[in-house]
Amino acid sequence: MSYFAFLAEHGTTLLLGTVTTIKVLICSMILYVIISMIFGLMRLSKNLVIQGIATVYIEFFRGTSLLVQLFWVYYVLPFFGISLEAFVAGVVALGLNFGAYGAEIVRGGILAVPKGQWEAAHALNFSPAKRIKRIIIPQIFPIILPPAANLTVELLKATALVALVTVVDLTFEAKQINSITWLSAQCFGTALLIYYIMARLALVPFLRWLEVLAARKVGRGKA
Amino acid sequence: MEMGFRWDFAYEILPDMLWATLNTIIAAGVGYAIALVVGLFFLLGQRTPSKIINGINREIVEFIRSTPLLIQLFFVYFVLPQFGIKLSAWVCGMITIGLHFGTYLSEVYRGALEGVSKTQWEACRALNFSTAYTYRKIVLPQAFPIAIPGMGNYLVGIFKDTPLLSTIGVAELFHAATAVGGYNYRYLEPYTMVGIIFLILSVPAAMWVRKLERTVNVAQGKIKQ
Repeated sequence: MSYFAFLAEHGTTLLLGTVTTIKVLICSMILYVIISMIFGLMRLSKNLVIQGIATVYIEFFRGTSLLVQLFWVYYVLPFFGISLEAFVAGVVALGLNFGAYGAEIVRGGILAVPKGQWEAAHALNFSPAKRIKRIIIPQIFPIILPPAANLTVELLKATALVALVTVVDLTFEAKQINSITWLSAQCFGTALLIYYIMARLALVPFLRWLEVLAARKVGRGKA
Repeated sequence: MEMGFRWDFAYEILPDMLWATLNTIIAAGVGYAIALVVGLFFLLGQRTPSKIINGINREIVEFIRSTPLLIQLFFVYFVLPQFGIKLSAWVCGMITIGLHFGTYLSEVYRGALEGVSKTQWEACRALNFSTAYTYRKIVLPQAFPIAIPGMGNYLVGIFKDTPLLSTIGVAELFHAATAVGGYNYRYLEPYTMVGIIFLILSVPAAMWVRKLERTVNVAQGKIKQ
């Protein structure tokens, strides 16, 4: 069977799987960005309880394996009466895991904002909430976006794991086709290529564009 | 089915889990050793004067780095036999982990070499040292401490990615937990124990790496004590 015949027969299935992968990626991306912001800020709180909660959360999710967390959410939570759909379980596990890594990036970004900015906002009598929202957060984006871009590419790669909790994504479809046809080189090779194209030609350019945009917003980039 | 954590069941499966943990540690150790060597080859490909080899090397590294380890595992495990190369799940797993993380380690090495000041090279040139001698006596001793934190991070990273090996049937910790869980139809205890074992092993390791990183930064004069 030639490669083109393989594509003609199974290409649509793989593309449908790719659509699911993209959905998982977008949902978990939104979730992880929100979690990183919240826990990154909590980590810097002066309140020891809030800071402690954030530290435990971050250490816990960075210290255990994503696959273990995913299986825990999908197979163990039902023991406590919480049954999540595979897709939701996948997104929740990915979001929680990457949120922990993202929180550390956010924390680093906030610490990297020059101290004078805090003092100036203080001198201008900004409320603490307004200080964070209007002065500090806009300035952290140029700092956190490059490491966050790396993390997001890692996230795209990690979405492959949701196939193991029966989410019908690209990896799942590739495995399925492999078990029917045994054309392993074709189906896994194509899956690898699709992931590569998604990362190199879509995700990375998008994140670079965001970086340029963020730099321009604070007046550091080329106009 | 009984709800809640059953301590007696957890105690019963503990010996099996601990034996499997040993396998996980071996897998991480062997995979890491291969990755360290593979990283050197990718570094070599990056630093050869030939532009063509540089380009090919870069594309290979980019490809491996931007595709999921899981599918790479499937690829190696299912495709090699089609070409008449029959390897055990263990060997396939180790090769794939070695290749995947080798690309990351080559970046660590590159960063470390570039972290050595250019004037060091110029001084060696002025003293008429050979390239080999410069590397061995001047550059590598300075580059190595810079590389240590990154190398440590990827050791922890590999350790946390070893559960993926269970998908091709390597009998490590996660595989054991799935087997025990399936046999008794109770996943709560096995998976929770896997999580706890991972925490016990990787949190201190990660803290130790962070401490090393700080020590190196202090020694380099990047931050004050």
